[in-house]
Amino acid sequence: MTYAQLALSLIFIAIPLGLALVLKLGLEKDIIIATVRSIIQLLIIGYILTFVFESDNPVYIILMILLMIAAATQNIIKKGDGIPGITWMIVFTLVVVEVVTMGIMLGFGIIPFVPEEVIPISGMIIGNCMVLSLLFLNRFKDEVDRSDETIELILSMGGQPKVAIDKSLKSAIQTSMIPTIEAQKTMGLVQLPGMMSGLIIGGAAPMEAVMYQLLILFLILTTAAMSSVMVGYLAYPKLFNQKMQFVGLQYRK
Amino acid sequence: MSIIEFENVSHRNILHNISGHFNEARITTFVGPSGAGKTTCLKHINGLLSPGSGNIFFRGENIQDMDMVELRKRIGMAFQSAPMIGGTVYDNLNLPKAIFNERLEQDRAVELLERVDLGGIPLDQNIKSLSGGEKSRISIARTLVNRPEVLLLDEITASLDYRMVKEVERLIVRLQREYNVTVIWITHDLDQARRVSDDMWFLAAGELIEYGNAAFIDESDNPLIKNFLEGEAL
Repeated sequence: MTYAQLALSLIFIAIPLGLALVLKLGLEKDIIIATVRSIIQLLIIGYILTFVFESDNPVYIILMILLMIAAATQNIIKKGDGIPGITWMIVFTLVVVEVVTMGIMLGFGIIPFVPEEVIPISGMIIGNCMVLSLLFLNRFKDEVDRSDETIELILSMGGQPKVAIDKSLKSAIQTSMIPTIEAQKTMGLVQLPGMMSGLIIGGAAPMEAVMYQLLILFLILTTAAMSSVMVGYLAYPKLFNQKMQFVGLQYRK
Repeated sequence: MSIIEFENVSHRNILHNISGHFNEARITTFVGPSGAGKTTCLKHINGLLSPGSGNIFFRGENIQDMDMVELRKRIGMAFQSAPMIGGTVYDNLNLPKAIFNERLEQDRAVELLERVDLGGIPLDQNIKSLSGGEKSRISIARTLVNRPEVLLLDEITASLDYRMVKEVERLIVRLQREYNVTVIWITHDLDQARRVSDDMWFLAAGELIEYGNAAFIDESDNPLIKNFLEGEAL
């Protein structure tokens, strides 16, 4: 694709912008900001990736992954407000999920240790981990607020904090994982997944694209389960103290 | 004889230097205006809250030094909204056992239902089909599963109609006699407190204004109590 062709694709921005103006949706500013930001961010990342791919230095690969983890953490911690130490829980979860999944893929030779494969796949792992953590925290905090009486009821009977919060914790894990599982059920029927489409557009054989996509699907399911479970089990003890008392979410004043 | 004793108990800006005791095998009601710290006081007795300063003793032992699981099994608590966990009547009665991976025997579950005048309700009935009054009784029956020495009741009749309120009152008075249990009962209803109390604690703005035999409430010269009674009479 040439820069001229890319410029022409801005027509696709003009349509929603025109609709927003005519219908007075009040979205014009957001559409322009989103467009400018995506252009700048993707161009920067394009140049960085070109540099990393050409340098072929493993240090740059690791730096890229750390950058992704830092950006994802920054995004998630806002949703974790009220849970003390959420930043380190998120960093730990992202690092463990990345190390475990990438370790399996590299260890078993499923993918080679080259930046062209490690960086995009890490992006998918960390990105999915971020979405799942956001979904989980959103739901978990709602559940905790809604179930505080039941939690205190179980504690008042002598139940351990883990037992008291078990229902809220599992419900939040289930709810955060449902979109991933449901999306996988209809995969290929409703829409061709992004990575597979990208590979086919890039000239790969459809079966090769399917095999890569399946790898990513399995990976996404693992990251979904690992992130929700890890964030949940790291976060819930912070809602209780040593005396088995429910201190709840602790928002900064 | 004293079973629970508060010694200069303060908690954040809610309770201020509370000292007093509860007599064993009697019904003591907590009365006082909203925001007096009644529920906070009650939660301290069950160990759901700890004093910022001061001590609470249960049978002479500082509850902060006691095993929380043991303490909470010995001091049962029924909450204002009678929270249920879904499922059946049995699932809810079994909760105090289920949290320790144990099971309440069916015969005992039936006996507990009979104790709270719900003998006709099948154990497998969906809890959602019960009325507020029935749930309140299930909540009371559930606190009896561990055979507690002290029963803490937090406004358990607040959302019930008058007929149900009287029935629950009769039930608690009867259970107190049958089990010889110590009952500590928060109520916003002064008439209810007069009907059921042996002893009374009057709290206002986090301070224990007066406590002792329930008769004091109508004999006190304390202006806070007099104001409260006048407000109730309006």
